[in-house]
Amino acid sequence: MDLTFSDAERAFRDELRGWIAANHPGAEPEGEEASFAWRVAWQRALAGGGWAAVSWPPEYGGRGATLVESAIFNEELARARAPQPANVLGLLLGGPTLMVHGSDEQRERFLPGIVSADEIWCQGFSEPDAGSDLAALKTRAVKVDGGWRVTGQKVWTSFAHHATWCMLVARSDAEAAKHKGLTYFLMDMREPGITVRPLRQITGAAEFNELFLEEVWIPDENVIGAVGNGWAVALTTLMNERAGLAFGLQVALKVLLDELTAAAVARGLLDDPSVAERLGDLHMRCEILRLTAYRGLTAQMKYGQPGPEGSLTKWMWSDTNQRATELAVELIGPEALATDSRWSFELLRARGNTIEGGTTEILRNIVAERVLGLPRLGRT
Amino acid sequence: MNFDLTDDQREIQRTARALLTARSSFASVRAVAESPARTYDTALWEELIGLGWAGIAIPETYGGQGLGLLELAVVAEQLGWAATPSRWLSNALAAQLVLGAGSERQREQLLPELAVGRETATVGIARDGVAELVPDADSARWIVLVERGQAIVHDARGGGVAIEPRETIDPTRRYARVTVHASGAGAGRLLDGPLEAGLDRAEVVLAAELTGLAQRALELTVAYVQERRQFGTPIGAFQAVSHRAAQQLLETEGARSAIWFAAWAADAEPEALPRAAAMAKAAAADAGRHVTAAAIQLHGGIGFTWEADVHWLYKRAQLDAALLGSASEHRRRIARLAAAAADAAAPGVSADAEAAAGRGHA
Repeated sequence: MDLTFSDAERAFRDELRGWIAANHPGAEPEGEEASFAWRVAWQRALAGGGWAAVSWPPEYGGRGATLVESAIFNEELARARAPQPANVLGLLLGGPTLMVHGSDEQRERFLPGIVSADEIWCQGFSEPDAGSDLAALKTRAVKVDGGWRVTGQKVWTSFAHHATWCMLVARSDAEAAKHKGLTYFLMDMREPGITVRPLRQITGAAEFNELFLEEVWIPDENVIGAVGNGWAVALTTLMNERAGLAFGLQVALKVLLDELTAAAVARGLLDDPSVAERLGDLHMRCEILRLTAYRGLTAQMKYGQPGPEGSLTKWMWSDTNQRATELAVELIGPEALATDSRWSFELLRARGNTIEGGTTEILRNIVAERVLGLPRLGRT
Repeated sequence: MNFDLTDDQREIQRTARALLTARSSFASVRAVAESPARTYDTALWEELIGLGWAGIAIPETYGGQGLGLLELAVVAEQLGWAATPSRWLSNALAAQLVLGAGSERQREQLLPELAVGRETATVGIARDGVAELVPDADSARWIVLVERGQAIVHDARGGGVAIEPRETIDPTRRYARVTVHASGAGAGRLLDGPLEAGLDRAEVVLAAELTGLAQRALELTVAYVQERRQFGTPIGAFQAVSHRAAQQLLETEGARSAIWFAAWAADAEPEALPRAAAMAKAAAADAGRHVTAAAIQLHGGIGFTWEADVHWLYKRAQLDAALLGSASEHRRRIARLAAAAADAAAPGVSADAEAAAGRGHA
């Protein structure tokens, strides 16, 4: 066991720190449009420095970073309070999926635009009746000459109004079994028949969208993997979801806890044993999240896939982040609930943490079935 | 960056598991727990000594194996897993306290005998000269009492302390009340090194045993809920059951992460130890108590009977959690350390914060 970084990893970190210090995008501007433009500019700066697609192999425009270096990258970004690049879905999900399942032509066509942020990506997986039960999706793809016509509805689509490409899973064979009749497409968001409607969240902001599709044209060359193989391709995308982000989320949580600790000290609240206890508990949970994420990373390096720890970190993070925002509101008092307080936003936004990217209930199912080997109801 | 046990550490883990599976089954734990004198298995103690495990993390210069606190934690977790009745833990806690908090001379005097089990030692937290529950105090030669930031080593044969055996809810381990005689006759010796470092090392060992208790409770539960059928299906298929089992895994693995890190830090990054040890003890105390309680619940009525074995784990977890500072105390300490670290990062705010970040119970 050795929990220190190697000389090469330290050099990577120091170079990155120096680069971020010199190129930091500053504070986030007001307004959704301005904020997105700011993140596009940030990604272009990252790409210019060779930092946009750190974990991608060099032949696809990446830096070929190791798993540890990718973790360091996300940690450092969060530590510097720099945003994730604008095309985070393309970088994290789309690119890696193409590297596994795409053709040479598709890789050549799409990967450069992901890195440069010239083409933003979104993800069309969930539907109103297919959330946790993703394979129940109903959006239909009908075969026509040279391509497909797609009709249906998608939901929780981040960046849809900025996106050029959508990773779309649709039912291409209504007769086939639930998981077998699916195909993974790249849908051009500029095609006619697509309506994007912002979905307002409990925070008042609209990070997500609904997507209404009416006979949208997708050419044959935009099928990823094979027709009918969509479930396997989608699983590749889902496995990449949050794989690297956990380290960034952990550091962001640590930054929030340090701010909360400073606020508690400034108000003299740390002398209250119950406050100290709850703050200490959060620091403990945050550190255990970091350590468990690194255990998962070690397992992935050793065995090529995440160990049982991998299923636990998202659950730990979302739970701890919610607890942290709840304590913040309690310590800071009523003014934390005014809408101009950042804590009121954090409190509300955190409610989504245990839902997005796999609900805690689904994560518990995964742990129970795949890690503990418990039987599944109806399959015993 | 490699956050996993080495092959050698895994080998120790396997050896310990095999030995304890053979020699410390629940039947033998029960035999000790139900015997009037709670007599430990002497042959097993000799075997642990023979493997060098009484001194596994004592440096070779003091007659030990010279391995790290992580190897010690690996053994402690396995003894917790088996709920083994043994003097091993109390002796290991005291040895690590002496190693961290003793002067060079004191280490030379005490550790060689503890390393080979020729004598044993134990540790207790005292208030006004009385330590209510000290593990194995009735058999230890040396009793280290910690009070008001000082650790004093008493010779149990020196006449300076009175030792009265006490029954606790955990019959798998012997406990005694230790009272320091007011006269001062046969007074003990003050450990004159840094007490905090010694206590932190001992806390990590205790936390490792707690993690082993949680691990066993999880394993028993997973086996039981797959086998027990109600409404025509294994109860483990019901999410009300399976989700609580998942929670057991979350807490057990979380505690294990904290312990491995703290044990590694103790030898490799001692400046990180105070925070890491407090986190390890708090996390393991939570996991030990929650996971064993959930095991009783998920076993249903059977889990509440004396006949089932889950209660040995629950009871020992309660005692372990209470020794060397409760989870609440360690959480408060973590908060004080976090505040001090924030101050250090922003110099000039307060010079007192670091000093105030000490331990509440010492």
